[in-house]
Amino acid sequence: MFAQQLVNGVLLGATYALFALGFTLMFGVLRVINLTYGFYFSAGAFIALFLTRQAGFGIWAALPVAAMGAGAVAVALDWLLLSRLRRVNAPELSSLMVTLGGVLALYSAATSILGPDIRRLPPDLVASDAFVLAGLRVTTAQLLILLATAVMVGALMALMRGTRLGLAIRAMAEKPDAAGLMGIDTGRLAALVSFISGCLAGAGGVLIGLNFNAIHPYMGEAMMLRGFVVIIVGGLGDIRGALIAGLLLGVIEVFTAGYVASGLKEAVAFAILVVVLWTRPSGLFGRAVVRRA
Amino acid sequence: MSSLDVQGLTVFYGRTEALKGIDLTVAEGQVVCLIGANGAGKTTTMRALSGLTRPRAGAIRLDGADIAGWRPHRVAAAGMLQVPEGRQVFAELTVAENLAMGAWLLADRAETARRQDQVLARFPRLKERLDQPAGSMSGGEQQMLALGRALMGAPRLLLLDEPSMGLAPLFVEEIFSIVADLKREGTTILLVEQNASAALEVADYAYVLETGRIVLEGPAATVAHDPAVVAAYLGG
Repeated sequence: MFAQQLVNGVLLGATYALFALGFTLMFGVLRVINLTYGFYFSAGAFIALFLTRQAGFGIWAALPVAAMGAGAVAVALDWLLLSRLRRVNAPELSSLMVTLGGVLALYSAATSILGPDIRRLPPDLVASDAFVLAGLRVTTAQLLILLATAVMVGALMALMRGTRLGLAIRAMAEKPDAAGLMGIDTGRLAALVSFISGCLAGAGGVLIGLNFNAIHPYMGEAMMLRGFVVIIVGGLGDIRGALIAGLLLGVIEVFTAGYVASGLKEAVAFAILVVVLWTRPSGLFGRAVVRRA
Repeated sequence: MSSLDVQGLTVFYGRTEALKGIDLTVAEGQVVCLIGANGAGKTTTMRALSGLTRPRAGAIRLDGADIAGWRPHRVAAAGMLQVPEGRQVFAELTVAENLAMGAWLLADRAETARRQDQVLARFPRLKERLDQPAGSMSGGEQQMLALGRALMGAPRLLLLDEPSMGLAPLFVEEIFSIVADLKREGTTILLVEQNASAALEVADYAYVLETGRIVLEGPAATVAHDPAVVAAYLGG
């Protein structure tokens, strides 16, 4: 029972980590708490829903296409809402308010177009059988979630640590003006970072939609609360921190639901957030930097 | 041929006119210095030239092309590279990574490696610190890195903003001797400095900036003997 809960928790946490990675990357590089981020999560799930229901896509094709679709949504929204504010060095509060207004408008528009009902992915999308290994039960969907998360996290780490582009992203995160003086087109790089972040959020949306088999316009809202917990506990802008904090949150939620009460899992998550902020104001792992990939 | 010709450069911060239409010229191969007190508009001039601050009016001609209002990456691509005030090295990146960023516009790996060798020959200190985070070095070492990083981009015109600011005397001397070396090699340089005596010594031509206006210009040797300059900037 304990080991089974642990497995479930790690798998849930992996998607939290995936979602939070994009959020923390966006914050770390673009220095704005972009509240439209949760919408990319919903967008990814709905694009996957459309692709699998209407266009006959399988999950392996739907996942990357939906992720990139969410990335495109992120680029468009960043351009529309934030790029201008960035150019004139607007105060952080104006960016925050713009994204707050933007996301409220987006959710209500999405709800009025798509309806508030909970939708489900096609039942035969992934084989429903489960593997039993050393007494632990793992479903095909869970395996897929784990694999997809590992691939995306690995790709992000490789990009940030091992490439010139990743170096430029870290440079821009630290000193955008100096990065511009090096000849880096910071506007284009901001768009790229938005795209990557949007892809991560969108992929998270597809995978959570798959895990709980429930897709609705506001699903990104509930996720944003977890996103905040993870990036604050992990340290704002800290990629490794988000990964660890995401996994922890998943495990804690599953254990709370399993051993205490299902209704308390959010309360426990936020209690942890408060305790961490009291004791370690810049997150569990020290300073907040996206540079430390 | 790389020369800079600035006419009527005007910059506002909100409603404050920080630069009130300045004219200046840097001919190919020359070192030109811009001196003036704190708040005279020296850094504003540099920021407007490199595109970090958008000028309200005026022309900035680099080899004939008007680059006023271009974003910084385009100015850099045109060959005018700035070493900003306060060095602005990437503190979290290693020295080697900082140098690699300086060569961002250069896709060629072999050429990047060749330039890094040249820069390290000029700044041997950096060689021992290649894998160290730039933020862990002293101010003087960071200034060397900032200069080396700009040289990685093989500038046709180098903008140096207060390279001696906040440095120990020994480093100040070293920085100015490097500027003199670069001049001997034919690099075109616009140098902004509070250390007027050192700047006038290395420069060919000088401009004096006061509250957003050029109040005096001339060959550096002449400006250095101007009574008003001696009284105000050279501690005479």
